[in-house]
Amino acid sequence: MTVALAPKASVPRVLVRYSPLLILALSWEAASRLHLVSSLALPPLSDVAQAWLELVQSGELVANGLSSLYRAGAGLALAIVVGGALGIFMAIFRPVNVMLGPLVELFYPMPKSALIPVTVLWLGFGDGSKILLIFLGCMLPVTIGAYSGARGSDQHLIWSARSMGAARLRMIWDVVVPSALPELLNGVRTALALSFILLVSSELIVARQGFGYLIGYLGANGSYEAMFAVVLTVAFIGFLADRVYQAVVERVLRWRE
Amino acid sequence: MARVTDTMLRLWWRAARLAPIIALLAAWEIFARSGAVTPFMLPAVSAVAERIYDDAVGGDLFLNIAVTLYRTLAGFAIAAVGGVMLGAAIARTAAARWFFDPIISVGFPMPKIAFLPVIILWLGLYDVSKITMVVLDAIFPVVTATVAGIAGVEKELLWSARNMGAKHRELLWQILLPAALPQILTGLQVALPIALIVVVVTEMQMGGYGLGGAMIQASRFANSRGVFAGIVEIAVIGYALVAAMAWLRRRLLAWHQEAHGPTGV
Repeated sequence: MTVALAPKASVPRVLVRYSPLLILALSWEAASRLHLVSSLALPPLSDVAQAWLELVQSGELVANGLSSLYRAGAGLALAIVVGGALGIFMAIFRPVNVMLGPLVELFYPMPKSALIPVTVLWLGFGDGSKILLIFLGCMLPVTIGAYSGARGSDQHLIWSARSMGAARLRMIWDVVVPSALPELLNGVRTALALSFILLVSSELIVARQGFGYLIGYLGANGSYEAMFAVVLTVAFIGFLADRVYQAVVERVLRWRE
Repeated sequence: MARVTDTMLRLWWRAARLAPIIALLAAWEIFARSGAVTPFMLPAVSAVAERIYDDAVGGDLFLNIAVTLYRTLAGFAIAAVGGVMLGAAIARTAAARWFFDPIISVGFPMPKIAFLPVIILWLGLYDVSKITMVVLDAIFPVVTATVAGIAGVEKELLWSARNMGAKHRELLWQILLPAALPQILTGLQVALPIALIVVVVTEMQMGGYGLGGAMIQASRFANSRGVFAGIVEIAVIGYALVAAMAWLRRRLLAWHQEAHGPTGV
């Protein structure tokens, strides 16, 4: 079987590339329309699309979605700032590394979902506990990325910056941070994926708002079309966030060419 | 003589690395006892240790660990075998690549955990749905690592094997998979912690036996010692799994040049 993977125009090319997804969607619709599976277990895709439109019109999806995105965004932003600074300081100052290195190594493999009940214990059911969870859970991948990136920064650059009289903090900002950037941004990508996982799982387990809550609520009420609609929305936003992030990173790192 | 001082030095260095961890535990104990926070917010280390000891004596601890490990490793094993097979198929046949490549590239960055209620709806509340969820999440890094690993095998290696009359199956088992092994193992090292994270979440969501279930139950009864005991237990299991995987990598790649270089985290 030969498949033409490189036609000239870009729209047909995308269609050919993603045709397996279209096939999956069509077989989903067919399977439940032809009653091959119970429409309770798998409502037809067209009904799911209609439920999605209704959810958007009623404002439920947007309100819950915004509260989810706020939590993920705030937690992730904190994780990037604190985690990145920590990693760079660990790479530059040896005492910081001696102190914190073993702790980072100890906590890095820890399954972050174990923190869900604790953050609830500390901050309750609202935004605070989710932001804290995402911050704690996403910090270490950024730290490790920043650390290995900054460690790899060219010693000659640092020496010449010093010999030209750059102050220490100035030198970090101008020399170490840019050279740590590719690996730091790689760590942020891991953190981005993790933030969605932690967000949805914590909202599924304990929340009164957000995507995860909406999924659980709709499922418990038996409105499965709407539940599928929210599940697919979350999955799509996670996918989209990763693609947008990669496009931004490509732009940011263009100076390296 | 030089060997002795060398091992002494290494032991000393290990012990020195424990110091920050001991300091953290001591700070936790002192802070918890200082009265700045209530024991509900942060129980003392000694109280948490006592609770873990009680669980261990009662036998609950080992039952929960066994259940959680069983789910994690069963899902991980299926994801590992299935992921390598799927990855090899994608790397070797155009049809598989056409069909699965877009599905993998769209599916990988998705938060699969959102499908948990759907999986529960389909497969119920027991082990099957938890293990399915693990496979769904852990298979992606294995597939992409296998595809990248096989694609990176040197062409000369392939040509000479073919020249010597290697059949398709021999080529896969004796050339491609061994040569791709370092990258496949990296994929597995990513997948294993994911498997544990997913098991803990599914256990929290569905309750019952397992470390996650025990933790969420403790949290519902506002038993903060139980919650912190759960964190410590899960952290130790996670560390042990990651360490075991790193050990396995060193064993399996003893022949590879990376074994002679310095190893990272």
